[in-house]
Amino acid sequence: MSGTLTSHRPAQHGLARRRPARRRLAQRRGPAAWLTLLALVVVTLAVLVPFALIALNAFKPPAQYAAHGPLSFPDGFYTGGISTFWDTTDFGRALWNSVLISGCVCVLAVLLSIFNAYALGIGRVKGRTWILGAFLIANFLPQEGLVYPLYDLAKEAGLYDTQLAVIIIFTVIQAAFGTYLLSSVLSTFPRELLEAARMDGAGRARILWRVVVPVSRPTLGVLLVFFFIWTWNEFFLPLVFLVSNQNQTVPVALGTLEGQHIMNPLTTSGAALLGVFPTIIFFLIFQRTLTRGVTVGSVK
Amino acid sequence: MAAVPRRRSGAGVRTTGTRGAGPYLTYLLPAAVLFTVVIAIPLVMNVYTSFTNWTGIGPRQWAGLANYRQLLHDSEFWASMWHSLALIAAMAVVPAVIGLIVAAALFDVIAKRFSPRVASLLRACIYLPQVLPIIVAAIVWGWILDPQYGALNVALRDVGLGFLARDLLGDPQTALATVMAVLVWFQLGYPVVIFMAALQRADPALGEAAEIDGATWRQRLWLVTVPQIRPEIYVVLLTCTVASLRAFGWIYALTSGGPGVATQVPSYYAYQSFFTNLDVGYGSAIATVMTVIIVAVSVVFLWVQRRHTAGDTT
Repeated sequence: MSGTLTSHRPAQHGLARRRPARRRLAQRRGPAAWLTLLALVVVTLAVLVPFALIALNAFKPPAQYAAHGPLSFPDGFYTGGISTFWDTTDFGRALWNSVLISGCVCVLAVLLSIFNAYALGIGRVKGRTWILGAFLIANFLPQEGLVYPLYDLAKEAGLYDTQLAVIIIFTVIQAAFGTYLLSSVLSTFPRELLEAARMDGAGRARILWRVVVPVSRPTLGVLLVFFFIWTWNEFFLPLVFLVSNQNQTVPVALGTLEGQHIMNPLTTSGAALLGVFPTIIFFLIFQRTLTRGVTVGSVK
Repeated sequence: MAAVPRRRSGAGVRTTGTRGAGPYLTYLLPAAVLFTVVIAIPLVMNVYTSFTNWTGIGPRQWAGLANYRQLLHDSEFWASMWHSLALIAAMAVVPAVIGLIVAAALFDVIAKRFSPRVASLLRACIYLPQVLPIIVAAIVWGWILDPQYGALNVALRDVGLGFLARDLLGDPQTALATVMAVLVWFQLGYPVVIFMAALQRADPALGEAAEIDGATWRQRLWLVTVPQIRPEIYVVLLTCTVASLRAFGWIYALTSGGPGVATQVPSYYAYQSFFTNLDVGYGSAIATVMTVIIVAVSVVFLWVQRRHTAGDTT
């Protein structure tokens, strides 16, 4: 399935190719087809209900919420819930921390993956099957099995409650997946390109930066986006490591507030909106990369 | 499989490294150091700690298998293991089955008889929960399901079905099933997207031939489509199973394992043992059991997958 990553083929291409067949089928929109469409629309709407509820309540005046509840259409535009939440959690700070951590992790993890995959996929060092297996297992390991020793080590190294600790840990965890994926992509790298570069006198490092990296840019782009979003969404390790307010990421800031049970419905929907917002933005920006790249897990 | 040439022709060739794979190994050096520090050493330390009694401060006291013996008789631990099976059903099995039907319907019916654009739009909407941070999704559901002011019960009361309103997450009878339903909502988009990509890879001629031969839609799905996209089905089941064993964020924000131990899972139990009960040895034992199970599941899955894909090509 790694082909999905390297090709630029948009998702619908395969369907467009069979256009004549489609036109023939389009004339057969029987009742069964309409019923299928109806069922799928119902499923989709059911999936979207929570998003609609957030949108409906994030800007609702408190008095109206008290009187008419969560389902009424807002008759005013009230930003109090959001601004209360923004101030109590220092949300701007949390946003910046999340951007900083996710940004560093995605760049560093892609770099580390490139180095590993260069040695394993192109260099074909001895025992690479076992090394790759180890990377894959490392990616599957439950964080619960690593968390306490990491917490302990971080305390000893003076890195507890710092973003640096979280950045290092997630760089390694994400690179475990990236190495596995990128190695299988690079193992099919056109040998002629490498030979040609070698003929021209390029060394290993030069071949990596001038040939391998530019050619695999689409795959690297997908990895970059994925590592960013995955790290952004992480909760467990950041919850353990980032205890002070000024270091927390968006999920941790939201989670600890929820844990204190001091939320009322309006701050909750305001908080949810602020939590949902960045990821919806990523989703819209990276939508094509996401749906193309979500199949990266299915590398054979 | 071209070997790295050991001799280069032509004069004036400047190269680094002239021997086989040697120089390539240097590229693995940063990863070797980082993986040792972040993965290997903590993994070994965790297993070691599971054989000790430790509060996290001071020296560890060797306890042999005492923590594991305690696990065997700990009803909360066993409850958490059973709940893991429920979460595997909710995050892997149910989404895979529904996802297969939805993906096949989108691909076969909507994209072909209506428009590929409608199919993409529906797919994107169903996938949307997957991009949310789990904690945000959990907070939203916690609010929707709140017994007093939550949208679900308010809606039921509004339409005169108030007698159906109840505290779904607060009642031990319904808490686990409710968490499972929320997880299905969250997870469904992932198999839908993977399976739709798989269907584009699969050979359409087979399905069309079966249709001409009079196969029903269900027959085509199970006898033609499923065997063709088997690799993707394995991947979905494996990744979702692993994800379901890490359902920490959901339990943390929705139920804290309660009421009682009705929704306790190993992940949350280990966290509580580490940081609330300060029983680090016991928490390490739970985490070690989790690690062993996840590694075993992954290895079995990969082995079965490899056997099947090898069987297909030969």
